[in-house]
Amino acid sequence: MSESEVALGHAAVMEEPAYALPPKKLTVWLFIISDSLTFGSILFAYGYLRVGSTNWSTPFQFPSILNGMIMTFVLLTSSLTMLGGVLAAKAGRKSVTVRWMGLTALLGLLFAALHLREWSHMIGEGWRLFQNPTGGSVQFGAAFFSITGLHLLHVVSGVIAILVVAIGFNRGRLTEGHVETTGLYWHFVDVVWMFVFPLVYLMNAAR
Amino acid sequence: MTGKLFGLLVAIITIVSTAFFVMHTWWLPQDISTHGHGVDHQLNETMIGTGILFVAGQLVLASFVWLYGDKKDGRKIKSFPGGAAVMVTFAIILVGIEILVLTFVGSRVWASAYIAPPPADAMQIDVAAEQFAFYFRYPGPDGKFGVIHPEMANDANGNYFGLNPANDEAARDDVVVGELAIPVNRPILLTMHSKDMIHSFFVPELRLQQDIVPGLTVPIHFTAVKTGKYEIVCTQLCGLGHYSMRAYLEVKTQDEFDQWLKTQSGD
Amino acid sequence: MHEASAQPVVHRHAPPQGFIRKYVFSLDHKVIGLQYYGLALAAVFIGMVLSWLMRIHLGWPALPFPGLNKLSPNGAPGGLMTPEYYLSLMTMHGTIMVFFVLTNAPQAGFGNYFLPIQIGAEDMAFPRFNMMSFWVTFLAFVVLIAAFFVTDGPPISGWTAYAPLSAVGRDAGPGQALGQTLWGISIALFCIGQLLGSLNFISTTLDLRTRGMSLARMPYSTWAWFVTSVIGLLAFAVLLPACILLILDRVAGTSFFIPAGLVVSDKLQPHAGGSPLLWQHLFWFFGHPEVYIAILPSIGIVSHILPSFLRKNILGGARTVVGSLIAFGFLSYMVWGHHMFLSGMNPFSAILFSVPTLIITIPATIVVLLWLGSIYGAKIRFDSPALFCLGFISLFISGGISGFFLAQPSIDIQLHATYFVVAHFHLVMAVAAIFGIFAGTYFWAPKMFGRMMNETLAKWHFWLTFIGVYCIFMPMHYIGLAGNVRRYALFNDDYMIPMNPVHKFMTIAALATGAVQLIFLYNLFHTRFWGKKAPDNPWESTTLEWSTPSSPPPFDNFGGKYPVVYRSPYEFVEGGAADYVIQTSPVEVGTH
Repeated sequence: MSESEVALGHAAVMEEPAYALPPKKLTVWLFIISDSLTFGSILFAYGYLRVGSTNWSTPFQFPSILNGMIMTFVLLTSSLTMLGGVLAAKAGRKSVTVRWMGLTALLGLLFAALHLREWSHMIGEGWRLFQNPTGGSVQFGAAFFSITGLHLLHVVSGVIAILVVAIGFNRGRLTEGHVETTGLYWHFVDVVWMFVFPLVYLMNAAR
Repeated sequence: MTGKLFGLLVAIITIVSTAFFVMHTWWLPQDISTHGHGVDHQLNETMIGTGILFVAGQLVLASFVWLYGDKKDGRKIKSFPGGAAVMVTFAIILVGIEILVLTFVGSRVWASAYIAPPPADAMQIDVAAEQFAFYFRYPGPDGKFGVIHPEMANDANGNYFGLNPANDEAARDDVVVGELAIPVNRPILLTMHSKDMIHSFFVPELRLQQDIVPGLTVPIHFTAVKTGKYEIVCTQLCGLGHYSMRAYLEVKTQDEFDQWLKTQSGD
Repeated sequence: MHEASAQPVVHRHAPPQGFIRKYVFSLDHKVIGLQYYGLALAAVFIGMVLSWLMRIHLGWPALPFPGLNKLSPNGAPGGLMTPEYYLSLMTMHGTIMVFFVLTNAPQAGFGNYFLPIQIGAEDMAFPRFNMMSFWVTFLAFVVLIAAFFVTDGPPISGWTAYAPLSAVGRDAGPGQALGQTLWGISIALFCIGQLLGSLNFISTTLDLRTRGMSLARMPYSTWAWFVTSVIGLLAFAVLLPACILLILDRVAGTSFFIPAGLVVSDKLQPHAGGSPLLWQHLFWFFGHPEVYIAILPSIGIVSHILPSFLRKNILGGARTVVGSLIAFGFLSYMVWGHHMFLSGMNPFSAILFSVPTLIITIPATIVVLLWLGSIYGAKIRFDSPALFCLGFISLFISGGISGFFLAQPSIDIQLHATYFVVAHFHLVMAVAAIFGIFAGTYFWAPKMFGRMMNETLAKWHFWLTFIGVYCIFMPMHYIGLAGNVRRYALFNDDYMIPMNPVHKFMTIAALATGAVQLIFLYNLFHTRFWGKKAPDNPWESTTLEWSTPSSPPPFDNFGGKYPVVYRSPYEFVEGGAADYVIQTSPVEVGTH
């Protein structure tokens, strides 16, 4: 029996969970709140250094922005497919759930691939954490790679989690609660990107 | 018995500690600045206000513990008259008033030292902090400071500021010394840089302290009203020599200062 | 489905078998709590020894310390401490004490052990996360201690690790090579351990309370652990990226915290565009809530213990006490700039930060007044837990009052970076918070070990420590006012030389008080193995931990049943066989 089931199954002997949130879902929300502050800190550092900089670069030409827009579209779509998976899981339709989740993972991997392709292009041009080939502030590379790197880490872990949960759900070891909480995490990763894309890409579009 | 011992001990600790505060056994050194009386006044007001709270709080604790041990006499337990509402109200009003008063007065003291701009006729002296010394630069007869080039800084040659007198005319007459000499009763503006770590400039008698952050030029200003020799100590941990990083502030009469500056420029 | 009286339990995990499962990789919150406590105990003794070495050096700098040159030939050649060795001891002392003692023992130690029991749960919501969080913390400790053994030695930049000193790498001097990087890794791991712990505490408190245990009926200690976890969830989430950025600056060539044009050890540093102030903002945004994480559990524990020894509830009850805890937590996020009044940030912001800092005085004053008002008219039982609680109150008053000075920028001009600051934070953290831990230990030992601690030894421990800590830390206020600068390895400045006798006095007090702690250590270990058997509820207390069927509690805490709670904690009555009513009692009559 899963832990959330046990916890809720004792409704007669325990208090109602606060806000009617079972432990696993509550924990993912708490993690999201905490992780928002982590992303917030690194975005704050970016803003602080950018405002204080006298030679900030804005190197993203249209192809980079287009790539970013495609990545955004891919990630947003993956949130929709994830939602499909959650709804299917709630209806108890295992194979449909697995298909939606598989599609989500694929889209996540596509996002990561587009991202890594862009990274390797930039590294090829001479961008590093500590180096700016256009001669502008070296903070650009530091901010860009650290922020997008942190996000990419969350995307990749998300993809792994989605695959693990999809397989587990299919085999009956995991419940729709697990699918839902994984979906919650995936939507969070999407929301973070909706901050990263404008702040890091659009604000540094070449003028 | 235990309760009485506790009460007595707390009372003794309170009286002894307060005595040392009141007697100024160890205290701030003399104040030689124009803005310092504000700091001292703020400190004294706070000392009195918190001193009363400290003594009252500890003695109330001491006496309550003394009085209310369980004497096993079947006495009924009493509740504090007025309950928590009295405490909460008292705390909010008393502390609230103290906060308002101290903030109102204290902000002006703070602003006068750190927000108000220096007087227009302030004499500017440039300060370089590094591991583990302070150096001071006077602009010389041209009244202009040469440009600082960090990559040219060379302690071995005594070029602490990284000046380039060969190519920079303003730098040629800059006077660089290891002590901060100033004329008395004259507003002084210090523009402070650090070569390496965060350092800090502190002269207890001036009632002035300021971190010197690398990458920034940090200004502070003051006027000293008493001649004498005072210590400048570094108060921001900057490495192994932090404890030994100091210089002297020498407040001289205008004549003595002019003489001193002439001698320094000479060599 | 389930009846109220017969409450069969589906155990969330079976009783553990085997030594490793029972005592090493245990899922049981009680074992994990003791593991955290044990880690904190080891850490506090290491931290204390470091402070003895520091104080001996400050008192008698010219005296060679026998054997020290064997321990650290580079740091103390001929037994005389180099300044960098002093600073490295100071850095490790602060780091170990703040993180591995004060954030561990009262929160992760007692909290893990007693939070589930106090709310009537079988275990934490996520026992596997719980186990992971301890071992991650343990790993963090090992990584930190490793810094003692690297060639360049431990870092010297203080527990606050200000950049650029902490960020530029080995050019900055001894200790700033691998030692500082290990520090960064250790603290980053510590953050992860704390975040896992916070997730557990919060979800357990919100979701696993037994029937009748509404949020309003939770003991003060549970509330304190809960609020502290919320603070920690947000604070450690900021320290983690800060440490990662610092490590990147050190090893990956970034310049988050390093501006252009630095010349360190005659080498122009290849960095540009960074800001030392950015580190301070990130660090103190974590750092200020952190010190409330250090003190709030002790405030909760003291508020929880006092009623048993006053035979009455705290004045104002749950609403006022919990309201104050929440006010502390909320305000703690608005004040971080008070560590930066003189840092070079816009001086106008100093006034902005000063206001909420002063406002925090209000909940602090309220809790002190509530405690004093509770002692009025009480029937105090002077067992050792009570003495440490009463001592806590006195120390909290003393420590809190000095904060009032530092909160004002106009006064901070004179007192910043002096021993006045050292006095303030030691009194509230090192002393008051530790008294909370002692109170908790003496109070809960009968439940954790099933044995009573020796009261005579406990009382000696109390009286001597109470006097000792005042002797150590009260004089620091005076020399701070006189301008004695902190973090100095020696006091050679003209105006500081006259203060050296005070340092000698404090050193003697520190060594004596340190020696007294051996009484506690002996008492603790002797009790654990050979102490007198304890009754199930020796202090005649009212909360759920005293209703367990055995001491120590069985592996599922309540022996196959969930308790049902009928009343608030801390109910005391007149008449009846006893003067207290345990939370599980359906009727409001005092019974043993």
